[in-house]
Amino acid sequence: MSKRGIVLYLHVHQPLRVREYSVFDTAERHDYFDATDDSDRNNAKVLRKVADKSYRPMNALLEKLLATHPEFKVSLSITGTFMEQAEKWAPDVLESFKRLVATGRVEIVSETYYHSLAFFYSLEEFERQVEMHRDKVRELFGVETNVFRNTELSYNNSLAKWADDYGFKGILAEGWDPILGWRSPNFVYKPVGTKNIALLLKNYKLSDDLAFRFSNKAWEQWPLNADTYSEWTNASITDKSVINLFMDYETFGEHQWHDTGIFDFFEHFVERWLSNPANTFYTTSEAIDAHQPVGEIDMPHTVTWADTERDLTAWLGNSMQREALRHLYALEDDILRCGDAALIGDWRKLQTSDHVYYMCTKWFTDGDVHAYFSPYDSPYDAFLHFMNALRDVRYRLMENQRFKGGVLDG
Amino acid sequence: MLGWELPPHNSGGLGVACYHMSKALALQGASIDFVVPYAAEHPDVDFMTIHPATNLGPLARYGLMGAYDSKYLRQLGLDEVEAHDLNDMRGVQKRYVQFVEEMVKKQAPDAIHAHDWLTMEAGMRAKELTSAPLIVHVHATEFDRSGTDAGNPLVHEIEYQGLMMADRIIAVSNVTKNIIVRKYGIPAGKIEVIYNAIDVASLGSHGYDMRTYKYLESLKEEGYTIVSTVTRFTIQKGLTHFIRAAARASEKHDRLVFLLAGDGEQRNELISLAADLGIADKVFFTGFVRGKQWRDAYNVADIFVMSSVSEPFGLTALEAAHYNSALIITRQSGVGEILHNIFRYDFWDTDVLADQIVGIATSPSLAHELRQNVKHEYAQLSWHDVARQCMDLYGQTKSKVAA
Repeated sequence: MSKRGIVLYLHVHQPLRVREYSVFDTAERHDYFDATDDSDRNNAKVLRKVADKSYRPMNALLEKLLATHPEFKVSLSITGTFMEQAEKWAPDVLESFKRLVATGRVEIVSETYYHSLAFFYSLEEFERQVEMHRDKVRELFGVETNVFRNTELSYNNSLAKWADDYGFKGILAEGWDPILGWRSPNFVYKPVGTKNIALLLKNYKLSDDLAFRFSNKAWEQWPLNADTYSEWTNASITDKSVINLFMDYETFGEHQWHDTGIFDFFEHFVERWLSNPANTFYTTSEAIDAHQPVGEIDMPHTVTWADTERDLTAWLGNSMQREALRHLYALEDDILRCGDAALIGDWRKLQTSDHVYYMCTKWFTDGDVHAYFSPYDSPYDAFLHFMNALRDVRYRLMENQRFKGGVLDG
Repeated sequence: MLGWELPPHNSGGLGVACYHMSKALALQGASIDFVVPYAAEHPDVDFMTIHPATNLGPLARYGLMGAYDSKYLRQLGLDEVEAHDLNDMRGVQKRYVQFVEEMVKKQAPDAIHAHDWLTMEAGMRAKELTSAPLIVHVHATEFDRSGTDAGNPLVHEIEYQGLMMADRIIAVSNVTKNIIVRKYGIPAGKIEVIYNAIDVASLGSHGYDMRTYKYLESLKEEGYTIVSTVTRFTIQKGLTHFIRAAARASEKHDRLVFLLAGDGEQRNELISLAADLGIADKVFFTGFVRGKQWRDAYNVADIFVMSSVSEPFGLTALEAAHYNSALIITRQSGVGEILHNIFRYDFWDTDVLADQIVGIATSPSLAHELRQNVKHEYAQLSWHDVARQCMDLYGQTKSKVAA
């Protein structure tokens, strides 16, 4: 009988934010992602800041834990837009990720290269981005990916079917109560209508204790210590197989700052968890190998790990967001035909879901403005700059076609 | 409550604000004696006692010589003017102070709430006589009214004294609070920001008359976007920047029309600036508008711009939102502090304003989201909240003075 274990899965991502790109820049300059000011739209600045606060200290801690505890394992999804930025502005961070993967106890999880919502707009483009990501992971880390997660943990039956047909052995999703009913997320499941693939469901209560509540002084459990959290996890896993702790990597050091004690907490927790000989850690693939599915999960409608709604409204809830993506994906055929690698790359960078997330107005209309996390003053500014950039992409496409036409005519 | 006007005898927003605030205060149990400098009927007021300080008609409240403009105000201390000289604003103010003195001697109030410099002298005198707490409510300072650092020295002096003597100060926005702190050196802790509200019911739902701006309507049908502003044409309103932004926006999008509703000293300058920039055919000047033409100037607009260099609050933006305009408001306008579903810019930044105008004009979904979402916001502003904050303030100052 297999041991019971924690599946720690951390998502590493940075988008390429659009600068305050004005209508007077359209058709003049193509440097959408190159803010040089002191704002949080300056991608190099943000990456360097988060590298110091999160990536460097957390990778050092993960290396230490891997060296100290032979049973410690972790799974990571690392977006293409992050890898590109780290190559430019924090190559040492990328090296430290390589060292983690080289231990053989750190699994890389597959996803779209651009952290996009392409699955919902163009299956062909979606598959191209999955392949781009797999290629980049092979190139940088020399490993294959076997388990898939989609952007924002968005998931439905047809995505599971796709991943099954594509040959993935596992897929990740939110363990959302209205879907699970009386069932526990602490088992391995099988998506309805699939043949070989297994489904791992996030234990959002225990995950969010760290990701969202850890430093919240209004929380009745604050301050959370490793002993208490160890009691909770041990109680939660009794008679079950796994606890899927899924969260943003940046929980460690960026969302929960160093001075909240998150790093020390986590180090002690791993030690406490493993002090019980019945417990271990699994990578996502190992959890699937070690435990048979106990039942089928049916999710006809898309579920994500976001907000209390667990849907896509933060990305596609208003007409600006839908218009932006509709116009963007409408260019697909022409863009891909043009053969201009820089233009295709910029078009794909605009697909990163963060851009439409910044256009979300639901917090503004609910009056909860403080929930609006964005490098822009307002969702309207985010939309304005995005659309100016998108128009420039269109302009470049027209120029490209005109130039080609000229060559042919001549 | 010391005020200078109430509807229907008001010339501007001050009277409207005083009316709604008093009504909401009365509903929360405040007993209000409201002093005005003229004698007239107030048919809609049954929630407080109105005291006329003079026998003048409402139009004469700035003196029998006509409308008030601080540029022409005689710079006289109250001891230098005769209270029977009602030709002059200072004479009216002296009479107003004497009236308030008599009134508070008979019965001392629990709190004195004085609106703007016009009534500050009376407020200070009432405080001396009764030692009741003085709350000075600033709807605009002389810096806002003059649009410069100059202004009338006498008014500056009265504002300074009033702000110094006040136990607490209410500012209608952080824009105004910052002026009080920076220009008058008043400690920030003494100033409470209480935003105005808007009484949606009073705006009513009247029929929009398509004929008022028939030509503009025909342009809309051809896909033009109407960008409007409804204001006085004075330096304070930043309209030269607005015209420059209009020209910049027109470089990028040719189906734009700009409607400037109102009048003022800058009118000719603005007309010739539009011509110099080659957009005279796109800029419409209505002249002074009232009634139907005034409401329809909001109605016809797709985008409403408040371009003010310094605007204590800016109620017209809320009216524009009510009439379905997308709002673009300078960071120097107080009303922008309470609205989130708007575009903001710095008044001098004409390229940013142009970018925002073109963005709205070329994206139906952006226009739709801005219009729809700001409506939720302004509908939540309530005079009852304003009154509740004032009641809290009265309570605090009362206990402080007693202690």
